[in-house]
Parts: sequence; structure tokens; C-alpha cells
Amino acid sequence: MLTVRVQAVDFDIGAETAALTRGRADIGGIGSFVGVVRDTAAGDTITSMTLEHYPGMTERALTRIGESAMARFKLQGCTLIHRVGTLYPGENIVLVLAAAPHRHAALEGTAYLIDWLKTRAPFWKRECFQNGAERWVDAREADEAASGKWGLLD
Amino acid sequence: MKILYFAWLRERVGHGEEDVTLPAGVSDVADLIGWLRARSPGHEAAFAQGRLVRCAVNQEFATPDAAVADGDEVAFFPPVTGG
Repeated sequence: MLTVRVQAVDFDIGAETAALTRGRADIGGIGSFVGVVRDTAAGDTITSMTLEHYPGMTERALTRIGESAMARFKLQGCTLIHRVGTLYPGENIVLVLAAAPHRHAALEGTAYLIDWLKTRAPFWKRECFQNGAERWVDAREADEAASGKWGLLD
Repeated sequence: MKILYFAWLRERVGHGEEDVTLPAGVSDVADLIGWLRARSPGHEAAFAQGRLVRCAVNQEFATPDAAVADGDEVAFFPPVTGG
């Protein structure tokens, strides 16, 4: 089962994990990644962050990334939930869950999913700082390198 | 053709969406960028940092040599920063 959602409201990790495993006893492990809003960027204090996205393309991109991970790591299910709108430090941004019979596929599948999400899903972050400044977040070359190590997104 | 702009490209252009009719001779993404950037100072500012502009045609990532035609949805945006 592949679950993809873009939403303004928070997600409940326990409820999403339960939804992923409901009705089946063949899953051996679930990898998870939760992205959270940090309160600083390059030493400056962040008061909030706003996430913009490209409706339609976002869901397509997340579905493609999820399907690719399901096939490559033979996952039994995965969940990709990304929030949009204004978020505050400490709040959840993104949830990635990957279920597999064994831990390696679950953990590697989780890393694959978040690495591709960060470079192929059309979201943009704008940070608001305590001194009143606002700034679009620059893409990091390290993120491109992280997804590049997986080769091509099939 | 529907053109969409996101993040700082949207801010520089001044709006997030516009409908355009392609002139003769515009057949790929590179042509389209060349034509769009002459539409206003805002468009010029949006496309000035070409290295930082990404494109999607009909909601799929596209390179400058990708074909475009009337009826397509073409979006321009900076490198993505979600997650």
C-alpha cells in the first residue's frame, strides 16, 4: 500500500504506522523519518517557515518516488506525508514510512524516499527570521549528491 | 498555454499564473524562456539567474530542449527545497 498526502494539518506518526500495518502480519520492520522545523539557520533565529508547493505535480512526484521505492526495495508499503503552509519551530514537516520483511530494506527504502523527495518533489521553503527578514531557502548541493548516489529515479 | 511560476520566480514575475499564445518559432523550453523574459522587467529578473531556474512541462521535470506546444502546462521554479 502506497499512501501519499499533502496537507496543512499535522500528522500522527502512531496512527500512520497503524494504518500501514493494519490487517497484515507479514511485515518485519518499519523504517521512519520525520522532518522537523529547526529554530535556526546559519546562526539566525527562525520564527516560522512557509512551505509552498505545486499542486498536482507534487502528488505525481511523490507517487512516482513511492512506486520506485516499493519496486526497488520490495517494500510492503510506504507512506509519504508532507505538510504545506506556515509551520513553526518544533513542528513536523514530513513523514516517511517504509515497511518491509527485514530491516535493511525498510531502512534503505526510507533513506531512498527522503533523498528523492528532497530533490524531486516540488516544495519550496521560505524562512522568516526574528529580525523580520524573510528568505527562500537555497537548495543544497549535498541533497543533490545524496539522491544522486541512488542512481536514477526509475 | 498555461505558464505557472513558483517561489521567488512568482514574486519576481508578479503573479503565479498566466495564459499565453505561443508565437511562431517557439518550440522548446529554451525558446519559451527567451520569449517570456522579454515580456516585462519582472520576467527578465525572474529568468536572469538561469542556472537556478527549473522547468516542468505538464507536471514532469523538463530540460531546455524539451518540446512545448499550445495546450501544455509549463511551470518555472527554483531548485526544490522540501523535506
